[in-house]
Amino acid sequence: MFTMIFNALLIALREIRRNLTRAFLTVLGVIIGVAAVITMVTLGQATTKAVENQISSLGSNLIMLFPGAGFGPRSASAGVPNFSETDAIAIIDQIPGIDSVAPVKSSSLSTIYLQNARKTPVTGSTVDYFKIGKWSIDDGRLFTNAEYRSGAAVCIIGTTVRDELFTNKENPIGQKIRLGKASCEIIGVLASKGQMGMSNQDNTIIVPLTTLQRRLVGHTSSRDINMINISAMDGADSDSLIAEITSLMRQRRNLQSNQENNFTVMDTRQIAETLSSTTRMMTMLLAAVAGVSLLVGGIGIMNIMLVSVTERTREIGIRMAIGARAREVLLQFLVEAVTLSCAGGLVGILLAVAFCFGLGSLINVPVAFNVQINLIAFLFSAAVGILFGYAPARRAARLDPIEALRHE
Amino acid sequence: MTPLIELRNLTKTYGRGDAAFQALRGINLTIAQGEFVAIMGHSGSGKSTLMNTLGCLDTPTTGNYLYQGIAVEQLDADQRSLLRRHALGFIFQGFNLLARTSALENVELPLLYRGLTKRQRHQKATGALASVGLPDKLRNTPAELSGGQQQRVAIARAIVSDPSTLFADEPTGNLDTATTVEIMKLLTRLNAENGITIIMVTHEDDVAAYAKRIVRITDGLIASDKMNEN
Repeated sequence: MFTMIFNALLIALREIRRNLTRAFLTVLGVIIGVAAVITMVTLGQATTKAVENQISSLGSNLIMLFPGAGFGPRSASAGVPNFSETDAIAIIDQIPGIDSVAPVKSSSLSTIYLQNARKTPVTGSTVDYFKIGKWSIDDGRLFTNAEYRSGAAVCIIGTTVRDELFTNKENPIGQKIRLGKASCEIIGVLASKGQMGMSNQDNTIIVPLTTLQRRLVGHTSSRDINMINISAMDGADSDSLIAEITSLMRQRRNLQSNQENNFTVMDTRQIAETLSSTTRMMTMLLAAVAGVSLLVGGIGIMNIMLVSVTERTREIGIRMAIGARAREVLLQFLVEAVTLSCAGGLVGILLAVAFCFGLGSLINVPVAFNVQINLIAFLFSAAVGILFGYAPARRAARLDPIEALRHE
Repeated sequence: MTPLIELRNLTKTYGRGDAAFQALRGINLTIAQGEFVAIMGHSGSGKSTLMNTLGCLDTPTTGNYLYQGIAVEQLDADQRSLLRRHALGFIFQGFNLLARTSALENVELPLLYRGLTKRQRHQKATGALASVGLPDKLRNTPAELSGGQQQRVAIARAIVSDPSTLFADEPTGNLDTATTVEIMKLLTRLNAENGITIIMVTHEDDVAAYAKRIVRITDGLIASDKMNEN
């Protein structure tokens, strides 16, 4: 049996070598399919991992409060009221174990410096915002409590904003940029935090909340806080704090006991889970699409193998005349299909490695070689060879030697 | 001594009922080891059917076929394959070499199925090609060889596994007169020197003249069976 398989392999390799171009075109589908599956899964997992790392770098005692039920792919936030600054004050005053709170108002504003203009997400908050979000300064300084109270026209920019506005590499500290309706002095540049999931955290400008409310955005209402960042004291139980914040907010938002929460409280662990479930879902979807292309690649192999059986009918007749048994002809064609698809699988893996590291460095995600998915994709390609090689091989083995020899 | 081949009242019918056609209608034939037999007949006489049956590619409808005492009509397809592999060699009118494959690899083909090592294969195939007069064409593919040379490669492939019987189906049908003479001399030599039994189908008298015995088939029956006087 072993010699038979070895011989079949030998014969199959000779056949493949006899027609390399056809062999390459036959397995192109499998190559692309395997490469696509591995690339999608590897990049997806790398992104998920990166998101989880970013969020856990925020610290374990961060709690976020935002309007609307849920977060991520199933969120429902339309028509839900925002928070007010008094909500934030109530949280720190009434709930023990809270270290600090920072009400946050965000707005996308046009940002102009000389001839350079762009839209930038602007965050207005208090001094505690930097501490809770673990922001540090690269150059210059943070704003002070006095500047917060007076609504001073000062801002702190992220590195992406600096790079795009100050294209001539001049020092941005002390320069004035136009932000929405007013002009602001740059007093600091934030240290880079990099990518978080799909969003660039360095594409931001932070100003005192009062400045954003009074100067930059035209009108103000008392309910204009999009989010409240809360940090728990060290050692505080995050779950019980979430429960207390929830009941306080239900009371302040006048929710009846039969009404559902129209806000969400989450700690970093939950946020990480939600975000990674999103990327995981995307990964699965993309991998499924790539899997279909692998299947199509398998059908390509079957197609070519069927044509090849017809084309090589006389050859099969010769082999049978000189003493090849039906099962040896079957094995030869099966081994040929499997060899082709496995070779395609290997080339696909090489291609995927190139893709993963290329794309990974392009979107700034560290990529790790995943043995499991590579193995699965390779075994799948081998299975495709067996599955789609069997029908043509059986057709070859069933030929009548006399008819086959007569075939033109 | 057991004869090499013994046919007893062999018949072969194609199709069924009204459409049935009896290609062989009761053949009795005995061939001894070392003979050179030409089977002659017009097209449709049943000579190809007889050849395919003798070559164990086809099975008789009724009657017995003993090859070295083995009842071939009782063998299944796999057993007949093994019999062909170990005892029979074939050459065809159209040469039937594998395209884009070197002469050496073509000749090695039967040995692959016999499970010989690479070294043994190479040695035997080189020897066979040398014995048909092509020691310098090992690397050439069929497209690079003349018709006569291709048939020599085919003969080398047929004899490389040391068969007891060589079946030749119109071996010179595609060749010119001069090459025909070359090939027939080669077959005669193999028969005389190596003692290979040769059974050849032909419809040309001057080709049949090389054989020691001529069997004529008409309408599925042996019309005449005599030794060649030349």
